[in-house]
Amino acid sequence: MAIGETTATGSVPTTQMSGREATAAAERRSVRKRWLLVSPALAIIGLVGIMPLAIIAVYSFLSPGPYAGISWDPTLEAWLNVFMERDIFDETLGINYAHASIVTRSFVLAFVTMILALIVGFPTAYFIATRPDKQRYLWLFIISLPFWSNLLVRTFAMMLVLRDNGYINSSLIYLNVIEKPLEIIFTNTAVGIGLTYAYLPLMVMPLYASMEKLDFRLIEAGYDLYGNRWKVLWRIVIPLVRPGIIAGCILVFIPAIGAYVTPKLLGGGKNLMVGNLIANQFGTSRDWPLGSAISLFLMLMVMVALIIYVRNVISEADKNA
Amino acid sequence: MPDTVALPPRSRPFDVRYMPGFTSMAWLCLIGLYAPLLIMAFFSFNESRSVTTFTDFSFRWYQIAADNAGVKDATILSLKLAALSTVFATIAATMAGLATTRTRSFKGQAFVFAVINQPLMIPEIVTAVGTLTFFGIIKQVTGIQSFGFLVLAHTVFCIPFAYMPIRARLEDMDLTFEHVAADLYASPWKAFRYVTFPMMLPGIIAGAMLAFVISLDDVIISLLVAGAGETTLPVWMIGQLRRGLTPEVNAISTVLLGVTIIFVSFFFFLTFRKRK
Repeated sequence: MAIGETTATGSVPTTQMSGREATAAAERRSVRKRWLLVSPALAIIGLVGIMPLAIIAVYSFLSPGPYAGISWDPTLEAWLNVFMERDIFDETLGINYAHASIVTRSFVLAFVTMILALIVGFPTAYFIATRPDKQRYLWLFIISLPFWSNLLVRTFAMMLVLRDNGYINSSLIYLNVIEKPLEIIFTNTAVGIGLTYAYLPLMVMPLYASMEKLDFRLIEAGYDLYGNRWKVLWRIVIPLVRPGIIAGCILVFIPAIGAYVTPKLLGGGKNLMVGNLIANQFGTSRDWPLGSAISLFLMLMVMVALIIYVRNVISEADKNA
Repeated sequence: MPDTVALPPRSRPFDVRYMPGFTSMAWLCLIGLYAPLLIMAFFSFNESRSVTTFTDFSFRWYQIAADNAGVKDATILSLKLAALSTVFATIAATMAGLATTRTRSFKGQAFVFAVINQPLMIPEIVTAVGTLTFFGIIKQVTGIQSFGFLVLAHTVFCIPFAYMPIRARLEDMDLTFEHVAADLYASPWKAFRYVTFPMMLPGIIAGAMLAFVISLDDVIISLLVAGAGETTLPVWMIGQLRRGLTPEVNAISTVLLGVTIIFVSFFFFLTFRKRK
């Protein structure tokens, strides 16, 4: 179906009709066919993936409806409510500390997750990249496998580990290290551990992709010039794999800051993140405009991360190409 | 990038690739990733109700889960949902793959890639509430209440996952076979049917498997978008976890884990098999 056309664009067309016009006609036909072929994917994503974003963008400037949903009353109140709240008595604006603390917690937890994943992921990726070819694929497969398994299943497994009478606490009590169980679950620490556990493979993959291309002659040169291991790592390896580091950090940061399941299960009711705050607005709080505004605010944070990524990684790749 | 030349390690007493502590960290990472899952699977075979003290080996909790009507319905719904969204996503991704690979860069290429990858760029919770409001409007205007909404929502985020391996496969393929087919007077359809399609089939299967696993795994979008009575397995599980932990959830989780491992192993086999 497509094949005649797609190959025609890739190679010199076999001209039966001689002349430029025939080529131009073939070119036009192949362009039409190409757009026809991509249209189902574009239509589905455009309609059910992008259109909803436009709708919540509109909703964020409207007022909440009486029970749920919205009423067509344009206002900036929802955006204001992302960080501020009106005093119920004198209508003065003050900072909404509940929201501010949730946003701060999300940012800090996502950042800590990113750093923890980097600390664990960097040596792992380097180790994999220095294995013989066959072992590399096996390692990559094993490290990425948990990522494909259900997030809920992985978070549940973490719950079993971190619980008051979970495996960590019962082993520590058994070994007489502690007498009373440590309170890990339902704290920020638990959420941080859970997020790192969930998204660690996303750090290893891009790091590995960078390290695979590492030119070890440069490292050898570093040693020849009397660099020690630390200097070689810091001055040669890290600068060379910088695009991989940034890519890994962004890939971990984005899902971590928007996490919903992990803080819900491991954070208990009190350690909410932005994702839970958004879901609450569409659930029990019934303030759709506010939920929409917070969603867009979250997207904005993600966008900033992506721009950093594009400017650092993609432009670097262009320079090298 | 300069060519990477692997240095023969045997001739060097000093291994330039070695970094102290990195090996142990990699093993720690491996153990850290798997230990919780293995322990969870282990306790699913526990005879007693406890998820911390192992008494005796039994399939009791698998039996209980299998007999639970809620679990049965949720499983059937999840499988139906995953199968339908996989079919739609794979067809759309295959067509898009054919159109966007093996050509010179074309006008609008960046746009196409941006749209296809859009579901990966947006935090899932934002997609979920957006889809919720969007379908809310449609339901209000038309009065339609259908399982199709959930299928559509899943198809959207399955497309980029199905697209990745299909595109990779197409880009690895040798064009000469198709030229030969065309030289031998095969019509474009025949060339596609007998040459291109069989060659790209491993990519399509790999893409379909990823899409299936991704749909089966989804919690957030199903949780928010699903209508009344549309409880997928992960949604049922998250409800159960609020009530307390029993090995029943271990058993279901272990089965889900097993399904994922089988599918993803097969995916890796198809993708990283000796490439020509």
